[in-house]
Amino acid sequence: MKIDACGLSCPQPVLLTMNAIKDNKLFFEVMVDSNIACENIQRLAENKGYKIQIKKTEKKFHLILTK
Amino acid sequence: MSVKPFSRFLASKWGIVIIGSVIGIIASILQKLGNPPNMGICVACFQRDIAGALGLHRASVVQYIRPEILGFVLGSMVAAFIFREFKARTGSAPIVRFVLGIFAMIGALTFLGCPWRALLRLAGGDLNAIVGLIGLTIGITIGDQFLKYGYNLGRSYKTYFSAGLIMPVIMAGLLFLAIFSPKFTTNGAIFFSTKGPGALHAPLIISLGASLIIGFLSQRTRFCTMGSIRDVLLIGDPHFIRGIIALIISAFLVNLMLGQVNFGITAQPIAHSNHLWNLLGMVLAGLAFVLAGGCPGRQLVLSGEGDGDASVFVLGMVTGAAFAHNFGLAAKPDKILNGVVYVGGVSSAGMAAVIIGILVCVIIGFTMREKI
Repeated sequence: MKIDACGLSCPQPVLLTMNAIKDNKLFFEVMVDSNIACENIQRLAENKGYKIQIKKTEKKFHLILTK
Repeated sequence: MSVKPFSRFLASKWGIVIIGSVIGIIASILQKLGNPPNMGICVACFQRDIAGALGLHRASVVQYIRPEILGFVLGSMVAAFIFREFKARTGSAPIVRFVLGIFAMIGALTFLGCPWRALLRLAGGDLNAIVGLIGLTIGITIGDQFLKYGYNLGRSYKTYFSAGLIMPVIMAGLLFLAIFSPKFTTNGAIFFSTKGPGALHAPLIISLGASLIIGFLSQRTRFCTMGSIRDVLLIGDPHFIRGIIALIISAFLVNLMLGQVNFGITAQPIAHSNHLWNLLGMVLAGLAFVLAGGCPGRQLVLSGEGDGDASVFVLGMVTGAAFAHNFGLAAKPDKILNGVVYVGGVSSAGMAAVIIGILVCVIIGFTMREKI
């Protein structure tokens, strides 16, 4: 599953990630385009026991969450 | 030299404690150096003073180009450039953000302070701030419900680099006006209060320097009073609330050292003890902040990073300040005359404006939902 949270302001990227966590998704990707969203999702993922891998392309962050 | 370890530290829980403490300490010192009582820093009040200085309202006691506002934006811009986070962007329902800014200001001027000042008032012993903070929490709780059910203002998009610089350039222009204080016409703008809270201010260079530091650190730490309460309620994340606690404790301790603590409810400085309207004013402000995605301080910092939508919210707040004073909506503080305490509060028009504001925010929350 891929979530495109680019251009969304705080806290939408976190809420969309939260929804995926609530749906018990064990593997999904979130795309964001700001450091702030990236940090917030990283904090959420770690709090919820997910492993997070961050790939940075020129304009976007691809956050891969696994449990 | 790599800036990454410094950046990581400021984004950590210690970073947020540091920015909270820095704001608390600086605000108390600015008060000592001349800023109004329990108003070392108040984003809403200071934007209102700027609106007055430009003649957008004519309340002669609250007119001054507050360097703190300029410093927050410019300090944030410097940090955003150094850490490569300056991104010119806009397009996420600017007109809605403008309206939210207007009502956020009307709510804040009903309570007489933004969330930062609510914390500073508490740290100075003004117990009315507790009512305001309860109101703020209620407003944020209502806003959270809208967020849960899909409220959002849509995506922002990359825009021209120069478009992202508009707000910092406006602030630089205001700094020019603050330094040279020109008179454009006889008896015209720029206005500077000669009495009242607007006449009370720390030296410009100190206010500017201090606020540049706060703007810089706020950009790195993402400090947001509304966000801190929202995140605890919405996702159970205590990260930002640590900053709030640090702010109250540090400001209280410095106030104690400087003799600036005076516990009480009635006749607190530039505050009123009309509890219902203190509460409802901050319910409106809190709700508007959630719907717009940040407290007034955070919106200034975002403006410095090139966020055109946050800039429109700021301009909405300045406009709201003009309405609040031109239409007599802003609350009157308690006062003591001949030993008698006169409780302040809001006019009928002010009460109506708060109710209308809450209704407008609720309509925005209900009708602007989108499946992303």
